[in-house]
Amino acid sequence: MVDNKQQWKAWLYLAPALVLLLIFTVWPIINTVRMSLLENYSGLRAAAGETFKFGFNNFIQVVKYKQFVQCLINTILLTVLTVPISTLLALVISVCLNSIKFLSRFLQTIFFLPYVTNSIAIGMVFAAMFNIVGSFFGTQNEIITTAGIINNVIEFFGGHRINWINAGSTYAANIAVMTIYIVWNALPFKILILLGGLQSVNKQYYDAAKVDGTSRWRVFWRITVPLLSPMIIYVVITGFIGGFKEYSSIVGIFGETMGPADASGRLNTMVGFIYDALKTNKQGRASAAALILFGIILVVTLVQLRWSKKRVHY
Amino acid sequence: MKKKELEEKEVQIEETPVVEEIKEEMVQDEPDMIKEEKERSSRVAPVVMASEEEQNKDMAKIVSAQKVLKVVFKVLVYLFLCVMALAVLFPFYWMINSSLKTLAEYKRPVPTFFPAEGIQWGNYAEAFTAANLGTLFINTVFVGIVSTILSLVITVLSAFAFARLDFKGKNILFAALLATMMIPGELFTITNYTTVTNLGWLSTYVVLIVPFLVSVFYIYLLRQNFLQIPNELYLAAKVDGTSDIKYLWKVMIPLALPTLISITILKMMGAWNSYIWPRLVANDTAHSMITNGLRNAFTDTTGDVNYPVQMAAVALVSLPLFLVFIFLRKYIMKGVSRSGLKG
Repeated sequence: MVDNKQQWKAWLYLAPALVLLLIFTVWPIINTVRMSLLENYSGLRAAAGETFKFGFNNFIQVVKYKQFVQCLINTILLTVLTVPISTLLALVISVCLNSIKFLSRFLQTIFFLPYVTNSIAIGMVFAAMFNIVGSFFGTQNEIITTAGIINNVIEFFGGHRINWINAGSTYAANIAVMTIYIVWNALPFKILILLGGLQSVNKQYYDAAKVDGTSRWRVFWRITVPLLSPMIIYVVITGFIGGFKEYSSIVGIFGETMGPADASGRLNTMVGFIYDALKTNKQGRASAAALILFGIILVVTLVQLRWSKKRVHY
Repeated sequence: MKKKELEEKEVQIEETPVVEEIKEEMVQDEPDMIKEEKERSSRVAPVVMASEEEQNKDMAKIVSAQKVLKVVFKVLVYLFLCVMALAVLFPFYWMINSSLKTLAEYKRPVPTFFPAEGIQWGNYAEAFTAANLGTLFINTVFVGIVSTILSLVITVLSAFAFARLDFKGKNILFAALLATMMIPGELFTITNYTTVTNLGWLSTYVVLIVPFLVSVFYIYLLRQNFLQIPNELYLAAKVDGTSDIKYLWKVMIPLALPTLISITILKMMGAWNSYIWPRLVANDTAHSMITNGLRNAFTDTTGDVNYPVQMAAVALVSLPLFLVFIFLRKYIMKGVSRSGLKG
């Protein structure tokens, strides 16, 4: 029953959403593609009446750009490190949480807590935990007032102090800190989804396994993981998408220098690269980078979906 | 006796592989399989059966051994969960602990786990003024509330149109909207920055509110919820001559209230946590959002950072989120998990 009045009304109700979407979603999609295909496009110079040549030069330049390659490597490295670690950890925690009754609710709440935090604010706390307060690092006059709680703990157990995020720190140490922070941040969402999945699993399977006296290990790999596979693939895919868009957690720890004081920009990511290009009015370059990011996310998601179709048991 | 024990164990061992094979088929046909299995084991049992007394003793031993194993396992599970919970909580504890110390105590080479030089509540007052938190709080709450209200109105109207009204191209339009969800937001930002500059919106509240009013995800979420409400109600209301808006207000909104609350919370949290866009378009102090102010207040200073005050500012910024979480946990978790299961 599509009568004219309903048609008219529907479009009226949709009008505010559609107008805003046209301006802030549809036009940007078209415009980004346009800008990426105009060589060295710059908004400022375009406003001054300059015209730009059509071509794929932006993409070629971006890919050749050293800084971009570094951003791409950082992004991929952080994603590849954090997604498997956080997923596996979340899976084990969820299974444990699901197997207990006493304190289960309480622990669930605790594990969800990092979700409601401001990633920059808590990033500053992590930075304080890893931060060495002092000066002249790595020189003979090195003065260290406090090495930070993490180093204190390491030294307490007889280890040696590590320069995590200060001037003179190594790339590996920086990445380690970022991995810890991102995993900490990513756990609550994954636990919530996986635990939700576990609670809806039919108990019959477990009862049957119990009758058979199947070992816990086998139960975990043969029953829990297959039954949970749709949720696992979901958290992995969203984890990858989130990982490729990583930015503010690095700002939280390192500030907008995106790296230790003596190596700023070392930990910059794809998103950071796009914003840097935007701030310097290089919209052509920013657009090309954004489309590359979109392409990567799209391909990775499709590959994972494809792969999961063969593996996931619905 | 020992022999018998061994025999029994052997039988058990022999049985396992068979059982596991069965189990794989069991998924299709459970009850029958279990029955068969039980019959089989009762058939096997008499072979190893000795006098009832001895058997009971053996059983008791096995059962008690299993019980011990179970307890050990439980303890390990709790131990693991507690260690992880502590790891999750530690940053929060450290934030509060550090925020209540004097700078001298903070810099001690051996850390204190409780402020030893007296609790410094003054740090919080200092943080409030140093980071200009008052203005930032008001800005953020204002932007959050206005954008939430407008966003809810737009979302409800669109979700209603998609769930209840018929119009040409409805399904295509909806699919197209969903498709835009796949595109990373950064792609839009590049053009939106130019757009808002041309509109003369830079450094206003408008620029912080308008570009993000429409969320396809919220429309999708609410549409799913509206679809669960039987259409008969709508038709009956139409027969009675109730207007759409009245019907929406009296029936649909009350029934979809949990979803609306979830959307409200997520939207407010979004305002509280937004960083990139505000930094780009509203970098003046008058319109700064809380996260920008927080990060900038303590990175601009090139000299010695007063870490306890910094931690106090972080704690102050985190506090509202915790309060919201404590009182509205159910809605947050529902909103987040629903986004999970159907996204």
